[in-house]
Amino acid sequence: MTIEEIINLVQGEILCGDERVKEEVACVFASDLMSDVLTLKDNDGLMLLTGLCNLQSIRTCEMSDINYILIVRGKEVTDDMLELAEDNDMVIIRTKYSMFKTSGILYAAGLPPVY
Amino acid sequence: MNFTYHVEGGDFTNAGSTSSQVKRMLKKIGVSPEIVKKTVVALYEAEVNIVAHAYRGDIFVNLEDDHVTIVLSDEGPGIPDIEKAMQKGFSTASPKVREMGFGAGMGLPNIKNNSDNLNIKSEVGKGTTIEFTNYFFAQ
Repeated sequence: MTIEEIINLVQGEILCGDERVKEEVACVFASDLMSDVLTLKDNDGLMLLTGLCNLQSIRTCEMSDINYILIVRGKEVTDDMLELAEDNDMVIIRTKYSMFKTSGILYAAGLPPVY
Repeated sequence: MNFTYHVEGGDFTNAGSTSSQVKRMLKKIGVSPEIVKKTVVALYEAEVNIVAHAYRGDIFVNLEDDHVTIVLSDEGPGIPDIEKAMQKGFSTASPKVREMGFGAGMGLPNIKNNSDNLNIKSEVGKGTTIEFTNYFFAQ
């Protein structure tokens, strides 16, 4: 499923990486616990769905080679988060929907989980 | 080649900046993406541990042709029982650390999973030293 399709499904907005909306997302991991994200092994095409909106969520994705992040509940993404994401060629989407609703929509639309 | 970095306890804004620099360096010299990821995940967990638990620390990176050895030495409270600290789920992290998405007692086990050799020494009231090595090619 492309980033563009995901944005439409969750009524989202793209905050960073808008030139990459045609890229394909292969699977999703939803977590606010970065320690858990750091245990993932193969993150090719993975999108992180998270309500944790701070510099460490971006840093965690940087270390884990995760390029796509979907922030839920419309949380504020700061300039230093965007700068770090841009430095690492990441795509950041934000939706007003909750973690549960966003997960349900994406799962029902066919995006598989990691486990 | 040797590199040294300094980390301040409690400085969550910069937590991970050393790991970021080391990641760029390993990529630049052509280390495979799998080994880069495992090395920087271990380093990032250990760097966050200094920020979360210690007063300050230094990170020494020794880069050789076929491996990297990273030593993280901190001044801090130390770990009274390393075996217990290695157990999944054991944590002494503050609410602030948990707000950052850490402190679930997964850090040390994850460092172990992402390193080829790991050595932890700690003295209560003085500090902790973590040393790990990752090889660039299958041993």
